Amino acid sequence: MEYEAVIGLEVHVQLKTQSKMFCGCATAFGAEPNTLVCPVCLGYPGVLPVMNEEAVRKTILSGLMLGCEIARFSKWDRKNYFYPDMPKNYQISQYDLPLCIGGAVAIPGKKLGITRIHLEEDVAKSFHYETTSGVDFNRAGTPLMEIVSEPDMRTTEEAFAYLTALKEVLIGGGVSDCDMEKGQLRCDANVSVRPVGQKAFGEKIEIKNMNSISGVRRALAYEIQRQIAAAKRGEKMVQETRRWDDEAGVTSVMRTKEHAHDYRYFPEPDLMPVVVSEAWLAEIRSAVPELPEAKRKRFVEQYGLPEYDAEVLVADAAVAAYYEQAAAGSKNPKAISNWVMTELLGKFADNKIAPLQLAELVAAIDGGQISGKMAKDVFAEMFATGKGATVIIKEKGLVQVSDAGALEVLAEQAIAANPKSVADYRAGNASAINFLKGQVMKLSKGKANPQLVGEILARKLQA
Amino acid sequence: MPEDKGQFDVAYVAHLARLQLTDAEMTQFSSQLQNILSYVTKLNELDVSNVEPTAHAVPLTNVLRKDEARPSIDRERVLANAPETARDLFIMPKIVE
Repeated sequence: MEYEAVIGLEVHVQLKTQSKMFCGCATAFGAEPNTLVCPVCLGYPGVLPVMNEEAVRKTILSGLMLGCEIARFSKWDRKNYFYPDMPKNYQISQYDLPLCIGGAVAIPGKKLGITRIHLEEDVAKSFHYETTSGVDFNRAGTPLMEIVSEPDMRTTEEAFAYLTALKEVLIGGGVSDCDMEKGQLRCDANVSVRPVGQKAFGEKIEIKNMNSISGVRRALAYEIQRQIAAAKRGEKMVQETRRWDDEAGVTSVMRTKEHAHDYRYFPEPDLMPVVVSEAWLAEIRSAVPELPEAKRKRFVEQYGLPEYDAEVLVADAAVAAYYEQAAAGSKNPKAISNWVMTELLGKFADNKIAPLQLAELVAAIDGGQISGKMAKDVFAEMFATGKGATVIIKEKGLVQVSDAGALEVLAEQAIAANPKSVADYRAGNASAINFLKGQVMKLSKGKANPQLVGEILARKLQA
Repeated sequence: MPEDKGQFDVAYVAHLARLQLTDAEMTQFSSQLQNILSYVTKLNELDVSNVEPTAHAVPLTNVLRKDEARPSIDRERVLANAPETARDLFIMPKIVE
């Protein structure tokens, strides 16, 4: 029997705000332990939380970018549980009236549904030692958005595409930096398998502790195979939570509690509901940036780029913006794309080249002033120093010789000095011309226009 | 919640609240809570089918603050109340999952 997987993802995203969700402590990764805390985020009795407007705004913005319906009325609830990462013994979250409902993440050829997006507070970070655990409350209270997907994914690749596309949208909107290594984006998965054609879902298994996108990919691949193998042996799955062990490459059952979770949600009396007015919604809507899918399409149409180029450039919003500025000043947007993709990606952060300078470099090549080979050297210097293309070309005396008369003289010299290559060429070995071309380039100290040299040599050798 | 038709499971609720109760306390609280519950059950007599659920008793919405960070409190003071500290962390018995 053939089996298929059914995957749903719960993604937690830390919002990019200056301060925490319900207090004014700063949000920062990597600060000294317990330095970004106050009575509110430490859960002292008698304190009052006050909502961060920007966190609410960024959640609504996320909802708009993902095509969600924005709730005009939404409220806060207490999710009760005992764990030292949440010292007031409840987490402020949203239970039945989340800020965003529905929506979808677009991946190539498919839309993967979103169930809801709600806003809550992050918990503290705990460290485990031999006999004790230690808690750092810096992270406690960071605005955290939870995005719950529909069980729409059928393969590991779709789950991977979902996460990649979601990240692109959120980073593009400035909502979060989504750095998984810093815990800014965390993901749990619900996975089940069923015979192909069966409508009903299998028993779902929750997987936790996947700390990178590639970890998610490997964990899901492992878990799907494990469940299919079990199903083929006739074993029934029981609902459980499993932990992904990245080093061992396996999932294993997490110790289950005696009692199932009973969070006893109830409305948070310390916070007032949120009402999203038409005006506020319109203001946030005006901040919705062009979405990656639309941008890719536009890059193909506006700049005549292949889809591959568009995909690579759009994947990083900063790179895409840089490209557009450079392309705007150029007659050859595809050449700009080539430079960006081959020379700038990966070291974009260190780039000192202004976008219009890159356009200038491309113009110098296209205008025949310098050769492609010279351009590489010019580029390297531009990258390191930030100097303009024209300035460097002038400084280095890197002017390509396109003067046919001068090149004819050099071509004559090369022909006279290499009778064997000449003979080879005339005997029908067409590639022998490349050696002669190399000699002319050498004589010109690399400054000859290679295309022109080729033409001149071919003409002379045929004579 | 496992309680049904007014039956109150004190052992379950005590566990959720991390309370350790003696048998005598179980019996005592069971009847006390039972009484409270029966009293509150009176509310069921009201027809609320046309009443909008209340999100908050106070008619206020959108109490928001600007996203501005302000200084946190001194770590020494923060950790002064911890039963035990090490590496500037709050230390507690090992948490098992």
